[in-house]
Amino acid sequence: MTIAVPAQIAERRSLKIDFTWPVLITFALLLCVLVILPVTWLVIYSLSSVDEVTKAREFTLAHFANLFTDPEFVNPLITTLVVAVSSSTACCVIAAPMGWLVARTDLPYTRAIRALVTASFVTPPFLGAIAWEILAAPNSGLLNQLYRFVTGAEQGEYLFNIYSLPGLIFVIACYTFPYIFVLIANALDRIPGDLEDASAILGGKTWTTAWKVTIPLALPALLAGVLIAFLQAMILFGSPAILALPAGFHTMTTKIWSLFQYPPKPELAAAASLPLLVVTVLLLRGQAMILGRKGYSIVGGKGADPRLIKLGWFVVPAMGFVAIVLMMPVFLPYFALFNAAFSPIATTLLTPLNFTLHNLHFTFFELSSTQVALKNTFILGSLAATLGTVLALVISYITAREAVTGHRFLGFLATAPIAIPGIVLGVGLFLSYTRPPFVLYGTLWILLIAYITIELPAAYQQLQSAFRAVHSELEDASRILGATRLRTLRDVTAPLLRTSVIATWCFIFVSVIRELSAAIMLFTSETKVVSVLIFDLKESGDLGAIAVLGLSMLLLTFTVVILMNRIPGFGGTRLRNT
Amino acid sequence: MRDIKITRRGVLKGATALTAVTVFAEPIRAQAPAAAAITPELIAAAKKEGKLSFYTAMDLAFANRIGKTFQDKYGIAVRVERSGAERVFTRIGQEYTSNIRAVDVANTADAAHCIVWTKNGWLEPYMPEEVAKHYDKAYYDPNGLYITTRILVSPIAYNTNLVKKEDAPKSFKDLLDPKWSGKLVKAHPSYSGTIMNATFQIARDIGWSYFEQLAKQKVMQVQSATDTPKKIQLGERAVMVDGAGYLVIRYKEEGAPLEIVYPEEGTPLAQGPSVLFKAAPNPNAGKLFQNWMHTREAQQFLVDWARQYSAHGQTVEKPSVRPLRAIKLMKEDPEGVYKSADDIKKRYSAIFKV
Repeated sequence: MTIAVPAQIAERRSLKIDFTWPVLITFALLLCVLVILPVTWLVIYSLSSVDEVTKAREFTLAHFANLFTDPEFVNPLITTLVVAVSSSTACCVIAAPMGWLVARTDLPYTRAIRALVTASFVTPPFLGAIAWEILAAPNSGLLNQLYRFVTGAEQGEYLFNIYSLPGLIFVIACYTFPYIFVLIANALDRIPGDLEDASAILGGKTWTTAWKVTIPLALPALLAGVLIAFLQAMILFGSPAILALPAGFHTMTTKIWSLFQYPPKPELAAAASLPLLVVTVLLLRGQAMILGRKGYSIVGGKGADPRLIKLGWFVVPAMGFVAIVLMMPVFLPYFALFNAAFSPIATTLLTPLNFTLHNLHFTFFELSSTQVALKNTFILGSLAATLGTVLALVISYITAREAVTGHRFLGFLATAPIAIPGIVLGVGLFLSYTRPPFVLYGTLWILLIAYITIELPAAYQQLQSAFRAVHSELEDASRILGATRLRTLRDVTAPLLRTSVIATWCFIFVSVIRELSAAIMLFTSETKVVSVLIFDLKESGDLGAIAVLGLSMLLLTFTVVILMNRIPGFGGTRLRNT
Repeated sequence: MRDIKITRRGVLKGATALTAVTVFAEPIRAQAPAAAAITPELIAAAKKEGKLSFYTAMDLAFANRIGKTFQDKYGIAVRVERSGAERVFTRIGQEYTSNIRAVDVANTADAAHCIVWTKNGWLEPYMPEEVAKHYDKAYYDPNGLYITTRILVSPIAYNTNLVKKEDAPKSFKDLLDPKWSGKLVKAHPSYSGTIMNATFQIARDIGWSYFEQLAKQKVMQVQSATDTPKKIQLGERAVMVDGAGYLVIRYKEEGAPLEIVYPEEGTPLAQGPSVLFKAAPNPNAGKLFQNWMHTREAQQFLVDWARQYSAHGQTVEKPSVRPLRAIKLMKEDPEGVYKSADDIKKRYSAIFKV
């Protein structure tokens, strides 16, 4: 045996070419193009203008001067900061106690609660915003109608006005709180029971232990969650476009978008995009610094299961709190959409008498854009999920195994897009791919590139941590037996990572379906996706068709996620709240 | 203002400066194209292409209905791309500058767009037979570059559950009364062509100060002229400042508690011309559609179903729709809109903050 094996290796080596290096170089180049190209064009445009006579591009700081002095831009900038700070604070106040209740107490139905949080995560925020219009528009909103019915208040009086700054903050918080919840719940899941036991042995009561041990250990995760919630609120396009514009104010994202209306001002749009980019980079640095200290939370090694705090009678208010929180992003909006889909008028309460299939028929048999949009969305979702997963898999393999020199740079490139808000990337890609050598505008490719770029960081981070969990000995064995890196990856590593790969695939698919801010900059009439179609319909107020499309979209999302997790041998474990 | 209250034809003859503009834009006028009938050859060639894309600012339901009707008749699939006229204009511009030739036929609600497209040399001359025969010359370009498919008015309207008839506004100026604060909904000139023209005409006839005062009334700002009728139908706001009059009539006839008001100062007017693009990917299907859309059959459908005004001389008016000749209209001026559109968008967003 010992003689035969080297002989076999020698034989194989002579026959096979190792594709490792070409593949690695290709991927590195690909990443450079994906990330560096759009950002470069953004910077160039923001710092230049076209001379009207010579048609040459000339250096100027005028756009930035304009940006920081003209109230037309300063006001949206301030509004954006107010929205981001308030909604992330609100998220924190709600999601942190809820995460703690679910992970650390004997609260019942925690699986269902986690599933419902996942549902609010996969619900596109713009769809939620439209549903909240149906619920809480001051005069026609269902909740305000109920309020007037119950209290007998005059026509014109209302309880909620969704077309307002607080309304916008509320709706954004509804769909960003899952980020904080998940981070907190997962962090609390991981805190070993020993530390709490120690506290208890030393005489600490339940609440003392929670206050002095558990909560401090979860603090880094909380801060990280707040930062992500802040970023999400800052870069969201759909919700402000739907709720802020009718109320007469802009946020930065809607302003950038409006700069692309005729006559387009790409230079100003590029300049307006850069502050978002800078703030994002700074915040992520901050997050990295905070999370860099998290090491102490797992000192206990493989510890005992976390100790669940007994809630006693407190379970009633706790359950009530959780139920109310989940009403906001899930139950109430889904009800509103269902009502709008089957009632003749969106804000008329559905009864067996007025039930109609008109909207369903119109959306699927008359509205000619439906089919194209559904097809495009499905193609782009599956392609982006597949290619994105492969890309993330290869890069995380390279970085986790330190396979090539310069792997750190690859890792950096794969994470960098996290700092690029969707609408900014949209502007950058528009500037990059409407000119030679890559004229991709008008094709599905430009959207595919956008989606892959946007989702790469999350996919990469998920798979990288999965790789770290698989010991390299198994791969070494395969390499010693003569397999190339690629073959090892395919035959040994990939099967071990199956669960994570599926989770990543689902994550990208779902994220693509709910993406609007990049797509709104990049679509053409033939490459429209469902999210853009819904936004179009929103502008002409066709709520019935929106509700039908929105519900179909949710159905598609849930079906794919559930199927991928149920196919035998394809995963088995459920998709966690990621 | 000399055009007010004369015949329907006369109104639009004076109201459109389009014909004059074309002469001005193309000093060397090409031979006017011969009137084309819907021939079996055209149908066969169109069927061979099998599909067509129609960019339009018509309201969503009607745009898809007219596409479906054509599809049922000729077996040619119509992809309807609906948005506000200003958005449609932006989209076509963006696509053409990126060398994307996707649009076959476009229908706008802002005649100024035809001036730009003509100057760019993007339009295909084509003269459907019935247009040459039955349309007044005010409604089409003699070179066959554009034809008025529909005529739109942008009146005031209100929800009768929320406003009593005697309290209803009678003029634009009435809407400045503090009692309407927080009760108004208005569409946007950067989105809608009808509203672009309405804004131009109101600013010209009443003055920009009108909008400055109106902006203090906590106006709900939506985008589409087809959305304001929906907002008052829902009862979300009591009064629409501007928007598609035809939708108000349609919803009213479906039982919605709506009433239309033709303001004392005059009702803004906008023509909705259609064009065929030179670089159309489906030129024959495009011709067939442009031809069919202006036949009496399609135009009567427009009058009966959509409650819009037709420029076809043989269409029969719908009794429930007040004829144009009985409405005091503002004067349309596409050339003026063409010259000041960018300025209007800028001033408007400075006043209304969005």
